[in-house]
Amino acid sequence: MDALLSQYIDAYYLHLMVLIGINIILVLGLNIITGVTGQLSMGHAGFMSIGAYTAAIMSVHLAFPFWASLLAGATAAAAFGFLLGLPTLRLEGDYLAMVTIGFAEIVRVFFLNFEPGGKAVGLSGIPEHTGFTLVWTMALLIIVLNAKLLNSRIGRSFYAIRENEIAAEAAGINTTRLKVLAFMIGASLAGLGGGLYAHYMTYIAPQDFGFMKSIELLNMVVLGGMGSIPGAILGTIVLTLAPEMLRIVAEYRLLFYGALLVLLMIFRPNGLLGDIRWYDFKKRWFNKGVKTWPS
Amino acid sequence: MAILSLEGVSQEFGGLLALDQVRLEVEAGKVFGIIGPNGAGKTTLFNIITGIYTPSSGQVIYKEKAINGLPPYELARLGIARTFQNIRLFNKLSVLDNVKVGFHGVTKAGFFGSMLGLPGERREEKAISKRAHELLEMVGLDDKKMEYADSLAYGEQRRLEIARALALNPSLLLLDEPAAGMNASEKLNLMSFIEEIRDHEDLTILLVEHDMNVVMNICDQIAVLDYGRKIADGPTEEVKNDPRVIQSYLGVEA
Repeated sequence: MDALLSQYIDAYYLHLMVLIGINIILVLGLNIITGVTGQLSMGHAGFMSIGAYTAAIMSVHLAFPFWASLLAGATAAAAFGFLLGLPTLRLEGDYLAMVTIGFAEIVRVFFLNFEPGGKAVGLSGIPEHTGFTLVWTMALLIIVLNAKLLNSRIGRSFYAIRENEIAAEAAGINTTRLKVLAFMIGASLAGLGGGLYAHYMTYIAPQDFGFMKSIELLNMVVLGGMGSIPGAILGTIVLTLAPEMLRIVAEYRLLFYGALLVLLMIFRPNGLLGDIRWYDFKKRWFNKGVKTWPS
Repeated sequence: MAILSLEGVSQEFGGLLALDQVRLEVEAGKVFGIIGPNGAGKTTLFNIITGIYTPSSGQVIYKEKAINGLPPYELARLGIARTFQNIRLFNKLSVLDNVKVGFHGVTKAGFFGSMLGLPGERREEKAISKRAHELLEMVGLDDKKMEYADSLAYGEQRRLEIARALALNPSLLLLDEPAAGMNASEKLNLMSFIEEIRDHEDLTILLVEHDMNVVMNICDQIAVLDYGRKIADGPTEEVKNDPRVIQSYLGVEA
């Protein structure tokens, strides 16, 4: 399948599409933590690197099959999501953000000094197991499962925690437990994305998972619209492609990237799709089955 | 039979005694009013009963079981539901989803069930959906179920809070100033609504309210708090004529 695609599609575009797919998986994870449950996490790259390194080391040094490595990476990240979540989720907003930044930095410095991970040089020679087909199959599967989850008892309680924690508790929601669950889901998706990334690039180094990577992922969630799955996907596509499109302006690239973010936040403060529901769309364009509402 | 009783409940906040040895008996199936001037400790009392505070001393007995110290979500699961003085809705969720969240404490679907849509979860969702629509019809918000909660008018938001609380299928419903900010006709509606749900849903209702008209009309029993102390309680008629109550709260009539 991948071989077939590469005959018709330019390798560069195929590469971008794979990156978009991987980023969608990562961003949907962060979307659950920050967008849906409202817990500001600025250390998503930390979970990603745990998944990437765990999977890569198992593939390279221990000769585990690809699937087992991938699963181990996601599980390890989820375990750290649990460990980080349990003591820190009583913190809110800025404080939680600080802790997650600190966590991601610890992870980065750890891998910078971790012998089996190749230290600062990074780990190369990871078997290439990932391509367009696999990444997008997984991304689509995760989109579907995500959509189902968010429209269920558990998903609704995530939104409820974001909207009003005290009222959520009064409705019988064990907020601590569900926040930890949200962290674990988000972290495991980051770990999965990391594992896919490692087996796609065949080379990983600690600087791939720095603070800027966390910010980039957070930007995608915020720009797309907090808590919206179509928003997260659109945000990921726009912000993965933007730096590439902006190559034409050469050294002013980052300047334009920044300006783009500022403009979008001015004109769409809730994100591209943050306040648009499928329902509103139907109401506006098809005016079907909706009672008009005097305004 | 008392569904809820407080035995010598005190609450201190750093030296300030917000509640002082409060003793209460709330009978099942009644509407019980708590009145008192601002700062008398009414909301503190609510927060103790719903588990937001653990009392400094004393016991809260609900259905013959001590419940002080249990977290709010556990109490919700035991059938104690509440509304808030300053409305707390899930603003950026639809009216329908607000009510659906209310079922959390009485439903079971877990992570895998929810994500994979297992048969048990689907049955549960169907039941939730049906009952949520019934509740919305009951409070007259059925035609606004897809609006965002914060786009509702004030009185509608109060009704939505009650619908969400009823989703827990509670035995005890605590209403914190349900008539606040309502106009006269809304208040009349509220009063008949409260009586209706008490009878239909087999509820005991505990309410804090400043509007004496509302309190005197719908409460079977009243307790009066003043500076954290209970200064009177009993049937509405009795309390209304109690000289201490008149002095401290109702005011001396000319």
